[in-house]
Amino acid sequence: MKIGLYPGCSLEGSSREYAESLRAIAPKLGLELEEVEGWNCCGASSAHSLDHVLSLALPAKILAQAEAQRMDELMVPCAACFNRLASTRTELAADASARTTVTGTINMPYAGTTVVRNILDVLNRVLTAEAAKSFPKIFSHKVVCYYGCLLVRPKSVIHHERMEDPMEMDDLMKRIGATPLDWAMKTECCGASFSITRTDIVGHLGGKILEDAVERGAEAVIVACPMCHSNLDMRRKEIERATKKKFSIPILYITQAIGIALGLEPKALGLQRHFVPVAVEGKNKVQQNAPIRVTAAVSLEK
Amino acid sequence: MSRIGVFICHCGENISSTVDCEKVAKTIAHIPGVAHSVDYKYMCSDPGQNLIRRAIKEKNLTGVVVAACSPRMHEPTFRRTCAETGLNPFLCEMANLREHCSWVHAKGDATTEKAAGLVSMMVEKVKRNKPLFPIKVPVTKTALVIGGGIAGIQAALDIANAAQKVVMVEREPSIGGHMSQLSETFPTLDCSQCILTPRMVEIAQHPNITLYTYAEVESLTGFIGNFTARIRKKAKSIDEKACTGCGECATACPIKKIPSEFNTGLGLRSAIYIPFPQAVPNKPVIDRSRCSYFKNGKCKFCQTKCPANAIHFDQQDELIDVEVGSVVVATGFNIKETSFFPEYGYGKYKDVLTGLQFERLLSASGPTLGEPRRPSDGAVPKKIVFIACAGSRDPAKGIEYCSKICCMYTAKHAMLYKHKVHDGDAYVFYMDIRAGGKGYDEFVRRAIEEDGVNYIRGRVSRVFERGGKLIVRGADTLLGAQPVEIEADMVVLATAGVANEGAEELAQKLHVSYDAHHFFSEAHPKLRPVETNTAGIFLAGACQAPKDIPDSVGQASAAASKVLGLFSADELTREPLIAVVNRFAPPVFSTCVGCFTCQTACPYNAIEQEEIKTRDGKLIKTVAKVNSGLCQGCGTCVAFCRSKSIDLQGYSNEQVYAEVMEVLA
Amino acid sequence: MMEAPFEPKIIAFVCNWCTYAGADLTGTSRIKYATNVRIVRFPCTGRIDYNLLLRAFAQGADGVIVSGCHPNDCHYTSGNFHARRRWIVFRQMMEYMGVDMRRVKFSWVSAAEGAKWAEVVNSAVKEIRELGPSEAFQTMAREVA
Repeated sequence: MKIGLYPGCSLEGSSREYAESLRAIAPKLGLELEEVEGWNCCGASSAHSLDHVLSLALPAKILAQAEAQRMDELMVPCAACFNRLASTRTELAADASARTTVTGTINMPYAGTTVVRNILDVLNRVLTAEAAKSFPKIFSHKVVCYYGCLLVRPKSVIHHERMEDPMEMDDLMKRIGATPLDWAMKTECCGASFSITRTDIVGHLGGKILEDAVERGAEAVIVACPMCHSNLDMRRKEIERATKKKFSIPILYITQAIGIALGLEPKALGLQRHFVPVAVEGKNKVQQNAPIRVTAAVSLEK
Repeated sequence: MSRIGVFICHCGENISSTVDCEKVAKTIAHIPGVAHSVDYKYMCSDPGQNLIRRAIKEKNLTGVVVAACSPRMHEPTFRRTCAETGLNPFLCEMANLREHCSWVHAKGDATTEKAAGLVSMMVEKVKRNKPLFPIKVPVTKTALVIGGGIAGIQAALDIANAAQKVVMVEREPSIGGHMSQLSETFPTLDCSQCILTPRMVEIAQHPNITLYTYAEVESLTGFIGNFTARIRKKAKSIDEKACTGCGECATACPIKKIPSEFNTGLGLRSAIYIPFPQAVPNKPVIDRSRCSYFKNGKCKFCQTKCPANAIHFDQQDELIDVEVGSVVVATGFNIKETSFFPEYGYGKYKDVLTGLQFERLLSASGPTLGEPRRPSDGAVPKKIVFIACAGSRDPAKGIEYCSKICCMYTAKHAMLYKHKVHDGDAYVFYMDIRAGGKGYDEFVRRAIEEDGVNYIRGRVSRVFERGGKLIVRGADTLLGAQPVEIEADMVVLATAGVANEGAEELAQKLHVSYDAHHFFSEAHPKLRPVETNTAGIFLAGACQAPKDIPDSVGQASAAASKVLGLFSADELTREPLIAVVNRFAPPVFSTCVGCFTCQTACPYNAIEQEEIKTRDGKLIKTVAKVNSGLCQGCGTCVAFCRSKSIDLQGYSNEQVYAEVMEVLA
Repeated sequence: MMEAPFEPKIIAFVCNWCTYAGADLTGTSRIKYATNVRIVRFPCTGRIDYNLLLRAFAQGADGVIVSGCHPNDCHYTSGNFHARRRWIVFRQMMEYMGVDMRRVKFSWVSAAEGAKWAEVVNSAVKEIRELGPSEAFQTMAREVA
């Protein structure tokens, strides 16, 4: 299946491993990814807190480019980028005068024909139960799936049917052999961009998330958002400071979990880039609380 | 030859300050057909009306135009004056010189000219007016009450006690509705069943009431005063006359683990069952979807045990047609289940309950005999959190409205819990407290001040289970949106009140309007709360909108009074401003070609098909006929008719055309 | 002698329950508007046969206003829906027949919108006054007749 891809800034920077693991698993799942040419930043939280037209124009330019490349669908792995692109598409569809202003600003035609998809949506289509049968490994671990905020809200844009208790990631994990646990923090906020300005809040909120995960017996937290990943992984020290507890539970991208089940090497999935060590020991296990013992070098590599 | 009398009113100075009334009267006097044209200070006064009376008699008037205020104000007044004097009231029209002329224009020639123009328009119309006579429709003095809850019961008793007949149809095996499921009612903490059951018995025993339970209305045809209702009596599999209500059958029944509807799923019943001990009628029904005999031909223990030989497995549904003159819809409401709330667990936590479920736990006849106990482990909860506005006032959930009764019953639940579990803690998360009835606010204050219920102003974002407890995460907005986390043993959701199941289908069967939430629509939200837009069909109780018992009872009595008003005469009198299809002598019969476009346009289904036949029964043609009982006189059919065979009395093509031509003359 | 300035003759076809009542409210509120309009009362806009509008123009009306209840508020439930549909069909036909559609105004005025009625009238009168007398259709109608 061919689909457009908008990686966004995080996938080229702090969440490089998300992109690496995605590109590693894509061919195995029959996913042909066509990147948007010359793509720009979607504006993330900064644009929409500063200037409304800018917050629409930046994603609109991406969508206009996708249209120019005749993409029917555009997959956006980063949940924030996904939310911005989807919100822009919704707003421009409803507001003709905004459409006029924005198309003037980006100086490109825009019809709104490219549908914006998040990564869970696309993975659920290609990673069917049938397809998973041929995977070499079983991801036989207890996990909790953390959706965060932007994959399922707001209702008027995302139209999610089950936004308080979504199951797409859980279904995917089940298909690759994991045991997704029912837990309380599926869609609770991680602190988002307070990661930069108020890491203490992130420590506090992230602490609640990890506490619940660990209490329920999860061996890993699965995420589909670079921000969530950063807040739970990169900000681990802040979390430990806020909760006065030690947590060694690893945070994995959904693409990485799938990659492990596909038998790919940890380095191909960028696991060594995490702040919290992820051990891939033996044939088919991810161990909780184990120090690094990865095939090659140590973590914190750029 | 027309002899129109024209009376120009000064209305004190209201009209005469900007319109030269004398001049208008003089101008109008010159119009051919006008026999009398005068002006006067106050036409609506007694002397004013006497001017009309005298002129009608002395000048033998064939029509009257009163040029004064808006007809919406005094048309009935002047029409009555004419009628009393022997002139058909529909030969009287008004020209609006006040609201549409003197009050909106400056003094001057243009204004006086306009006034004269408005009067001449109505003169030309009245010349074409025809005498019209009120329409009489016979009335069947039996009322159909759909729904046997407190509203239906009240309406039925009021009508029956006024010596009129009532047929009551109730969908469940017993009447009583939700009120029978309540333990105590606010604000008095009366035992609900104690005040309800005597009325239920009265219904069953009343000589003027015929009660059908486990029955539904299949169809309703006809019109006000003349409805035919087809009722489907579902097969109970019991011969009600033979059955003594001994209950042996239920004891014998081996299928005992069916969640009881009456106990909101917290208790069990058998396949043959009486829904609750005080049921009226106190006779069982067999739930054929669960009975072994009906599912796989086995068992029949109940029949074996029955000392009265009252069980008949081969009983069929019965269809009964009743003729009724009016209908009272009192089908009640329902509440949202816990599975509707994803943030409160999607219904997976056993100890998260709805208000009605908690009511059953509190009830002495309930599954726990009145002791509040957790469904999960039977323990007595020491800490209960009540969440008000669960679903209500929440556009994100599609329920923007307030369900009205929850603030009161939540306070009641918290109080009753505290009365039963003295060392228990009760918390109520609320947005606002709506306690507007008599004694209501005092009741809530009592919960807070005397019974120590903790009220926290804020919403609950999530409830989840951890270590056997329910963690309730909310906010206390009065403390500046402080997050609040309570470890509760039980959570009770005051879930939104919604339209009952099947409301839409019933509304369509009855041709009654309903809103987006499937509550039935009243004719006017302020001034006509118990009538619908369908003449003869009235509303009572929560089927119209969520409401408490006093309001339901009040509305039911109001609906009953409308019914009794309807029944007070043997015939119904209606204003004759309705549509009529023309009829001529043979061989034309009517210019109507029978296309029935009018029928498709009519919002009241008032157009019927009439077959015109020869004396030996051969069909000549089928033409349209207006049902004078149903037609409301909108005239949409008239504009549609391609052959102009249908016309509207009071606003006929001739009359309207004359008005328009006069403007342009 | 100076000719009097042109004042258009405008007929308004309105429904009793909404616009007529709204116009009453304009009066009760003493809001002033132009004198050029004569209201013809109907129980419902659904009653309005658009042939009447054509007749009005043929007889010399300079403008016409049709006004009723807002959609969903019709006293008779659906009369105004039919009026609206008829309007959509007739609009094209009237234009085809040579009626200057700027002379035909269609509005929803509720019983509470006294001010709106004054506005509808005033703006219609102003516009039609600027268009001048409606002669073309009248002449054509006479030629055909």
